[in-house]
Amino acid sequence: MGHQVLAIRNRRKVILDIYMPIIYSIGLFIAILFIGSLLLYITVTGAHRLSWELLTNFPSSNPKQAGMLPAIYGTIWTVGISTLISLPIGIATAIYLNEYSGMEKLRSFLQINLNSLAGVPSVIFGVVGLGFLSYTLGLGRSILVGSIVLAFLTLPLVTVSSLEALKAVPDDLRLGGYALGATRWEIIKSIVLPRALPMMLTGSILATSRAIGEAAPILIISGLVFIREIPTSPLDRFTVMPLQLYNWISRPQVEFRELASAGIILLLLLLILLNAATIYLRYRLSKRR
Amino acid sequence: MRSTLTNDPKTLKKRRLISSIVQNITFLAASASTIAVIIILATLINESISFFEKVNIFEYLTGTEWTILFEEKKFGILPLLNATLLSSFVALALAVPIGLAIAIYLGEYAGPKIKNVLKPIIELLAGIPTVVYGYFALYFVTPQFLRLFLPDIQINNVLAAGLMIGFLIIPIVASISEDAIRSVPLDLRLAAYAVGARKSEVVTKIVIPAALSGIFASIILAFGRAMGETMIVAIAAGFRPILSFDVRESMETMTGFIAQVATGDAPHGTIEYNSLFAVGLTLLLMTYPLNLIALRVLKKWAIKY
Repeated sequence: MGHQVLAIRNRRKVILDIYMPIIYSIGLFIAILFIGSLLLYITVTGAHRLSWELLTNFPSSNPKQAGMLPAIYGTIWTVGISTLISLPIGIATAIYLNEYSGMEKLRSFLQINLNSLAGVPSVIFGVVGLGFLSYTLGLGRSILVGSIVLAFLTLPLVTVSSLEALKAVPDDLRLGGYALGATRWEIIKSIVLPRALPMMLTGSILATSRAIGEAAPILIISGLVFIREIPTSPLDRFTVMPLQLYNWISRPQVEFRELASAGIILLLLLLILLNAATIYLRYRLSKRR
Repeated sequence: MRSTLTNDPKTLKKRRLISSIVQNITFLAASASTIAVIIILATLINESISFFEKVNIFEYLTGTEWTILFEEKKFGILPLLNATLLSSFVALALAVPIGLAIAIYLGEYAGPKIKNVLKPIIELLAGIPTVVYGYFALYFVTPQFLRLFLPDIQINNVLAAGLMIGFLIIPIVASISEDAIRSVPLDLRLAAYAVGARKSEVVTKIVIPAALSGIFASIILAFGRAMGETMIVAIAAGFRPILSFDVRESMETMTGFIAQVATGDAPHGTIEYNSLFAVGLTLLLMTYPLNLIALRVLKKWAIKY
């Protein structure tokens, strides 16, 4: 009898062993199904509205002629300037934390602040950008303010990935440099950075794609303005691609909804391109090791 | 390196000087995030003070009516707070089971090849701009999906917005939990196998309990992220500041209110303008401790294994 009970129990366990992975994989199926239906819906509703006019025209109250040219320029300006700010600061921070900083306490203090920055909701960056940069410093609701805000929003991302890149450089190489009598900076410059740079690049591309898709802080800083001119200076008012999409989404006409779909296709293509670049870089890196 | 490595005292001095100059520059850069945190806190607190000079803070914290954009202004944060929590709970209800299942599958069952394909797809969920999620909720999820089961759901509703936030935070839950699951030491699993446990038992009785604090941290982080999400709720949840627990209704979250004020035009110095900072500060006071707790748990846990 006892033997039989044990056998049944065992069989149950074997069956459980077969079914458990299937149950766990349901999560993946739901996630993939969701992404699939989202992409399908966007494509079906927007593909027929893809046109050059979407790229080259100004926004208009007539959906047949409306385009997102100023928004594209706005995105290039803000994301470009923000990368110019966040990349050097992020890499330098990582260098300080990993290569220079001797005091454990100071380092963990700086790291806590970096983590705090990463935990601040993006909309609050917008609110503070508006209050401090636009009004207190008098920079206006300009491209420059948007860029600075995006730079600090993505700074933790750039720093953390740079830090990982630096940590991946073996210590032997540094010690070899010291043995030759090199100073710390010489070791960083000619041994550490060349090896860490490709991995830093992947992190910065990820940060860039995050900045491209961010709409909330830009909405707070620039408002839902109707931009009729291409921005020519960092102090001009501006809009960005996701914000232009928000504008179209919030209009009641079906035509604008389709236009938003077409715009989303463009935005997603851009992001997929950037992501493919990082995956390719990572692949190249893993091969080299 | 090359010829620079000489022992000539003059160049040596110069080289050391350069190195220490660079050190100081990088220290300045490293302080940037600290300065940013200080500016964020100072700005929020400073403008909130001007807000609370006009509005009773007790009334703000306990009031159930938020009518700041009307003639007769009432400043009770509870409706906004409630909508924020409600949408975040809906998000967690979706993201925790799905994210955990993904983490367990990828961490315990999937081969490296499958993983290399699936992981970027899951990460994609966090990479899609949030306006896209909002759009999908408003024009597809609510009218063509949720309406089948809940015929009297409103066009703007907390349920659809919460579900979209849920998909957005799945990668946070999945990736941190997977890290936690994978760093459970092999010894523990082997010991279980040695006493006759099968794979499914090892996963549910050994691995998950051992990884629990990491999983907990992932959920806390995801919760904080969910409360701060703005564009999805601005598009899909609507701008109706009512106190309700019915997720089929349209409600305004704290972030939704901030977006609404920005969409209209709040002139500098008005009470609407000041309220942006008070609501922002309230939001930060809710998400910031969560973030700290999660980081502390992760750090402690990293030391344990």
